Amino acid sequence: MPYDCVVLVKQVPDTSLVTGNAMNDDGTVNRAALPAIFNPEDLNALELALEIRDEYGGRVTVITMGLPKACDILRDSLYRGADRAILVTDRRCAASDTLATSYILSCAVKKLGKYDIVLCGRQAIDGDTAQVGPQAAEKLGLAQITYVEELVELGKGSITVRRSIGSGWEKVKGKLPVLLTVMDTANEPRPAGARRMMQFKKAKSVAEFGKEGATEEQLAELKAKGLLIEQWDLDDLEADLQWCGRDGSPTKVHRIQSVVLTASGHKKVEPTEEGIRGMVHELIEDHTIG
Amino acid sequence: MIEVNRQGEVWVFAEQSEGVLNEVSLELLGKGRELADKLSVELASVLGGSDVGGLADELVAYGADKVYVADDKLLAEYQSKSYEKMLCELIGRHKPQIVLYGATVIGRDLAPRVASAMKAGLTADCTDLQIGDYEIGRGKEVHKDLLLQIRPAFGGNIIATIVNYDRWPQMATVREGVMALPGRNGKAKGQVISEKVKISVEDLSLEILERHREQKKVNLKSSRVIVAGGAGVGSKDNFRLIWDLANCLGGAPGASRAAVDLGYIDHDHQVGQTGTTVRPALYIAVGISGAIQHCAGMSESAKIVAINDDPEAPIFGVAHYGIVGDMNEVVPRLIKAIKSKA
Ligand SMILES: Cc1cc2nc3c(=O)[nH]c(=O)nc-3n(C[C@H](O)[C@H](O)[C@H](O)COP(=O)(O)OP(=O)(O)OC[C@H]3O[C@@H](n4cnc5c(N)ncnc54)[C@H](O)[C@@H]3O)c2cc1C
Ligand SMILES: Nc1ncnc2c1ncn2[C@@H]1O[C@H](COP(=O)(O)O)[C@@H](O)[C@H]1O
Repeated sequence: MPYDCVVLVKQVPDTSLVTGNAMNDDGTVNRAALPAIFNPEDLNALELALEIRDEYGGRVTVITMGLPKACDILRDSLYRGADRAILVTDRRCAASDTLATSYILSCAVKKLGKYDIVLCGRQAIDGDTAQVGPQAAEKLGLAQITYVEELVELGKGSITVRRSIGSGWEKVKGKLPVLLTVMDTANEPRPAGARRMMQFKKAKSVAEFGKEGATEEQLAELKAKGLLIEQWDLDDLEADLQWCGRDGSPTKVHRIQSVVLTASGHKKVEPTEEGIRGMVHELIEDHTIG
Repeated sequence: MIEVNRQGEVWVFAEQSEGVLNEVSLELLGKGRELADKLSVELASVLGGSDVGGLADELVAYGADKVYVADDKLLAEYQSKSYEKMLCELIGRHKPQIVLYGATVIGRDLAPRVASAMKAGLTADCTDLQIGDYEIGRGKEVHKDLLLQIRPAFGGNIIATIVNYDRWPQMATVREGVMALPGRNGKAKGQVISEKVKISVEDLSLEILERHREQKKVNLKSSRVIVAGGAGVGSKDNFRLIWDLANCLGGAPGASRAAVDLGYIDHDHQVGQTGTTVRPALYIAVGISGAIQHCAGMSESAKIVAINDDPEAPIFGVAHYGIVGDMNEVVPRLIKAIKSKA
């Protein structure tokens, strides 16, 4: 039996490379200063969806909410095997916290109509909140299984997975439809396929044409070749604006302090044998070590 | 969401499994006490489960003025939907102003669902919580006595303070060990209130087929000495030096997230905002740069020794002793010096 999988994917700044001042004065992230990547655990979510499709049939749809630039990870998803990619982009999405984000994403999933399994990464590396998955599940009225490490069984309207419980694991069974959040230990994401890369290299969304926009012919051509990345705004989603963007976000950033670790005037110890022996002596004297 | 309610209590979600309270809930009662006193309101804890009434006294002993107990067979096992329903119903009934959760596997599964259902805010992994005011437009609009939810953000260049002034309750999750465990007072008096909640079998959407618990491999929190290695250690093989130094001090090995990500050691050993918070007598940081997320988990150690070949590394800012040098030379010398003294 085929399954329709929806994967929510996010483009994130590569926080492992953060250097210098990556923040704007108003406390927002200076995204331009950092390379943007596919959130690592979202690749594991995508891989799990692709494995399900390859085994049982069905379709894999990826959705991202973000700036037009986020089409990079949609193309990447197509290279790896996704069947359909959707960009949700709208100025009014700006400043959304996890609650508003999950609301907007849930509207997009609802607009798809039919789906069996919604997959998210466990968490995004920019904030490490792991909130959007469970919040989207609640908004869609779905059961959720977080911290998924392995698909055990799928069939007869239910799914069985192994999930991490921190120190240990459990096997749980749930009815479909369901939302899963997937851990990096679940699988090894497949690389982009060379043929699919050739095929989808030129895939593009309307927003990527910039201010001038695309001409009718350009759009018609992309569409004819199956290379037009679908694009939805909040009107397409029939989203209630009071739950979107800044208005829809109960949490507000009050203050941003840059981190200045106060140089507490530590004692400099020479890296020599004597220097180190001296320090050990002091630590024994003050009973820090015995 | 509930209205802003200045008389609302401060709540701590009491996490239990198989009849044992998670220590993080007790730690949160310590912080909760401080916040409740500041606001002159009561501190309450919410306890769900089946036959768990006995745990209520324990929550009182750690500072709760009140414990709301939802005792129901259907709450015997934690499940997202049933627990979400329980909390939402109780929050709607009693209108607390603050709700705190441990950032555990359960807390991080539950709190976002409650936040979504209540259309309330939630801040993950706070490293500090305070009460304070929030001004908009230079005093045009002032919101007094809000929960200041403080956490490092974005690669560690900043510490952000998050507030939630209009759609309550104000909610946050906090990792284990971040708040100090308060003293236990067996004589403390508190009110235990039994609560009925509407939960049905349909709310149990999952079936738990099998569970396997592993003993935690390390207990960093109770180690007197921690020797932590970072990306600067260079390889998993070389991490042996960290184990050796820890062993000769009778301590435990810790690590930065970069070291964990590189596979030098497993996640149980990670110190920091998204790992364990520790306060040992001695913390030796080897090849760790000292990002704020790491320091958030160790800066309260009694003595900190930093070993790093970069004299500008921020770790020296929190250290008591700083050794600028290559760890491959310094650590063996340190081991030798300790062994010869013993
Ligand atoms: C949301 C979020 C949460 C996070 N949570 C945590 C957390 O809980 N814990 C945590 O640790 N990090 C956390 N981080 C990551 C954190 O920002 C840093 O990336 C990480 O702590 C860096 O680890 P490191 O110091 O080992 O590596 P690096 O920053 O790469 O530093 C390595 C250091 O080793 C030194 N060095 C290199 N060779 C030698 C040598 N031979 N001898 C001596 N010194 C040498 C270098 O000078 C350098 O200072 C988090 C990040 C985010 C975005
Ligand atoms: N803007 C977004 N667009 C699509 N998916 C998202 C977005 N933000 C978060 N997600 C999904 O939610 C997961 C958890 O994100 P977070 O709560 O930010 O840690 C991610 O791994 C994604 O699967």
